[in-house]
Amino acid sequence: MDIDLILRVYPFFLEAALVTLELALLTTILGLTCGSLGAAARMSRSRILRLIGATYVSIFRGTPALIQVFILYFGGPQVGIQLDSFAAGTIALGVNIGAYMTETIRGAIQSVDKGQTEAARTLGMSRWETMRKVVLPQAMRMMIRPLGVNINALIKGTALVAPISVIELTYTAQRFIGSTYKPFEMFLLAGLIYMAIIYVTGQGIAWLDRKARIT
Amino acid sequence: MSDTAFIEIRNAAKSFGAFEVLKDINLTVDRGQIVAIIGPSGSGKSTLLRAINELDPLTSGEVWLEGVQINRKLPHRQYEKHVNQVRQDIGMVFQHFNLFPHLTVRGNITLAPKMLKGLSTDEANKLAEEQLAKVGLSEKIDEYPSRLSGGQKQRVAIARALAMRPKVMLFDEATSALDPELVEEVNLVMKQLAEEHMTMIIVTHEMDFAASVCDRVLFMDQGVVVEEGPPEVIFQSPENERTRNFLRKHLARANGQA
Ligand SMILES: Nc1ncnc2c1ncn2[C@@H]1O[C@H](COP(=O)(O)OP(=O)(O)OP(=O)(O)O)[C@@H](O)[C@H]1O
Ligand SMILES: [Mg+2]
Repeated sequence: MDIDLILRVYPFFLEAALVTLELALLTTILGLTCGSLGAAARMSRSRILRLIGATYVSIFRGTPALIQVFILYFGGPQVGIQLDSFAAGTIALGVNIGAYMTETIRGAIQSVDKGQTEAARTLGMSRWETMRKVVLPQAMRMMIRPLGVNINALIKGTALVAPISVIELTYTAQRFIGSTYKPFEMFLLAGLIYMAIIYVTGQGIAWLDRKARIT
Repeated sequence: MSDTAFIEIRNAAKSFGAFEVLKDINLTVDRGQIVAIIGPSGSGKSTLLRAINELDPLTSGEVWLEGVQINRKLPHRQYEKHVNQVRQDIGMVFQHFNLFPHLTVRGNITLAPKMLKGLSTDEANKLAEEQLAKVGLSEKIDEYPSRLSGGQKQRVAIARALAMRPKVMLFDEATSALDPELVEEVNLVMKQLAEEHMTMIIVTHEMDFAASVCDRVLFMDQGVVVEEGPPEVIFQSPENERTRNFLRKHLARANGQA
């Protein structure tokens, strides 16, 4: 193993890791937004909204994320959507993970005991007041862990934008392989950095989960 | 509706799909009256109680409280407003307490009065203290529900319902989920409410309790009120064969357990 080479190239990898982090963060934000809207739609009183929510989830969970990235980036211009690779990648991955988060959020909300809603409604609270003051505060605590699983998947999923030339970790590894012919070292280095990111994120989520636990 | 009736249920029927849970039930309760509903499991007691505050709306029939029809047919928005309003007058206590686990005892009691009656934090706190004193749990005001015993939880649930100053209280087997030694503390609170002439409808499996606090007892079976009358009559000389059978079995079971 060529340690010297690793020591020479790792600053470039760290720079690329920042792009990966940025992708992950934006994707998480977009995913949580889509997930919240998706969950609201799926649990709505309106049949049409429920249908829209269900369709969203089945499309984005039912096709490879890579295809979704390709459709937006390569297919977009054909229908007048012109995005640079970073924007296309972020949007495609965010909307994709949002479909998974929809189900996570909905699951957490529905796992709150029905008696909670009944007690609140019996006091005279409206559907929305009940959701906001009774159900959501309990559901939020329960969704931290499963959302953590989604975020873990999303971090690894950021590698899917390498083929559209976003200069993130995986792409950078491939670039250096082209010039060094050392795939083992390059992928190992990228992998270690992914692992570090995922480890730290996982710790953060575990910490949040502990803090949010009901006493 | 008659002059004295405080709560009136007329021709109440309820089906879940093809299954008729309530069949043409009529019931009037006067102000300050305490009515017990007894009957075998699955006879529709909870469903009837939950129909009163529209948790399980009737398929047909009417529910009135002080001259206001609870189950009015209204367009969705108006209906929601209407039920949210009338439910403030109907306190309900559940078998499994349903306290909000993310809020302290104080938070449980003050949430609805603050939100729905516009009470200030000070006013709401005073109200919480007052209601807790009534159920004998003043010292638990800042505890979370998970730190309370079952009996304490149920007393807090009663205080929470009372804090809305309801006109009537509905109890659905309030003591069934409790360890036997914790039943009495909850019964005491209910007895105290009886002395204050709170109008109450109590679904219960505790015949002794029903006999000691209730003005009237209804025996339900298979979705109908089979027999009703004062507790002396229902418990000592019921007319209906089904009532006698139920009480005999119930007594045998209660003795068997003891
Ligand atoms: N949401 C529902 N959907 C379908 N069936 C229901 C529903 N709720 C109640 N039932 C049925 O209606 C019948 C009456 O139920 P209910 O809970 O009113 O009985 P109960 O007299 O309170 O019994 P228990 O003493 O066991 O509490 C039961 O057969 C029950 O299975
Ligand atoms: Mg019941």
